[in-house]
Amino acid sequence: MKKRIVTLLAVCVMFTGGAIAGAVDSLRLGQDLEEDSKVPAKKKQLVVEGGIERSYKIQPPVIPHKIDKDKIDLRANTCMNCHSEKTYKQKKAPKAGDTHYTDRDGNVTKMVASRRYFCNQCHAPQVGAEPLVENTFEGAK
Amino acid sequence: MTSGAKKGFLGLLVFGIVIGIALWGGFNWTMDLTNTEKFCISCHEMEATPYAELEETVHFTNRTGVRATCPDCHVPRPWIYKFVRKIQASNELYHHFITGEVDSPEKFEAKRLVLAQSVWKAMKETNSRECRNCHKFESMDLDKQQSRAADAHDPYYWEAVDGKEPSYTCIDCHKGIAHSLPEGFDPTWNSPGEG
Repeated sequence: MKKRIVTLLAVCVMFTGGAIAGAVDSLRLGQDLEEDSKVPAKKKQLVVEGGIERSYKIQPPVIPHKIDKDKIDLRANTCMNCHSEKTYKQKKAPKAGDTHYTDRDGNVTKMVASRRYFCNQCHAPQVGAEPLVENTFEGAK
Repeated sequence: MTSGAKKGFLGLLVFGIVIGIALWGGFNWTMDLTNTEKFCISCHEMEATPYAELEETVHFTNRTGVRATCPDCHVPRPWIYKFVRKIQASNELYHHFITGEVDSPEKFEAKRLVLAQSVWKAMKETNSRECRNCHKFESMDLDKQQSRAADAHDPYYWEAVDGKEPSYTCIDCHKGIAHSLPEGFDPTWNSPGEG
């Protein structure tokens, strides 16, 4: 118990010390707490022909096109107009993977399964945002 | 002819012309009034469902503010086709006032597929005439479109693909643009041709 308290105190001291020294910058980028925060710059969506490379091996690929006109509701899923098994070849779009056609009991469904119906839960469009902290991350090759 | 008869005849003629102008003008005025968005959404079935869905689409609000209203897509512009469509609209009045066929959201959903298919059929038969009110195929700048769209709108591309002149029309690929797609919609309906 005593060890824990000591470690915790040490960590707190380190952080405060660092903040005072200016070595660690918060995501507010040096703005005072009392100041009105600056309006962030408007970023445009990245539209990349041919798609954007994945960062992880089984990452849901990010969306490289505009989706403003698309809608997913109980009646219809407009993403599947191009990405379904029946239409992907003609529309020259990537097919939704086989995992999307399997329901929780392992049965293969004809249409996209209900667990994967809401595409936006995993797939997101990208914006040209720079990393907040410089890093040397490299995705899976 | 006596001078009295001549005057009477002229008077009748002038009167007839004035009445004719008034009646024809009134007829045209009515045609125009029933051709406005405001008139269409005066029926709650229209305002609550198709119009509400339209409000979320690019044909209603977009970067430039150029938009389409109900008659732009659903009422033909050439006078004769417009006249025929207006006569067919009496069917809609019948269903609104007498049968109440789609006067609740549930009833509307039940009929949505049938209603959509009849509109798609009409658009296919008229070669998407109403789309072409604003979208001029010949004026499309294919360089500004994405590659998949440019290929689809390039008549020479399709000719090269299968050797035949393309026979598709806007509605063949662009269903569900302005209002929600109905339940039971098959994605292949928006992909004519192979696949």
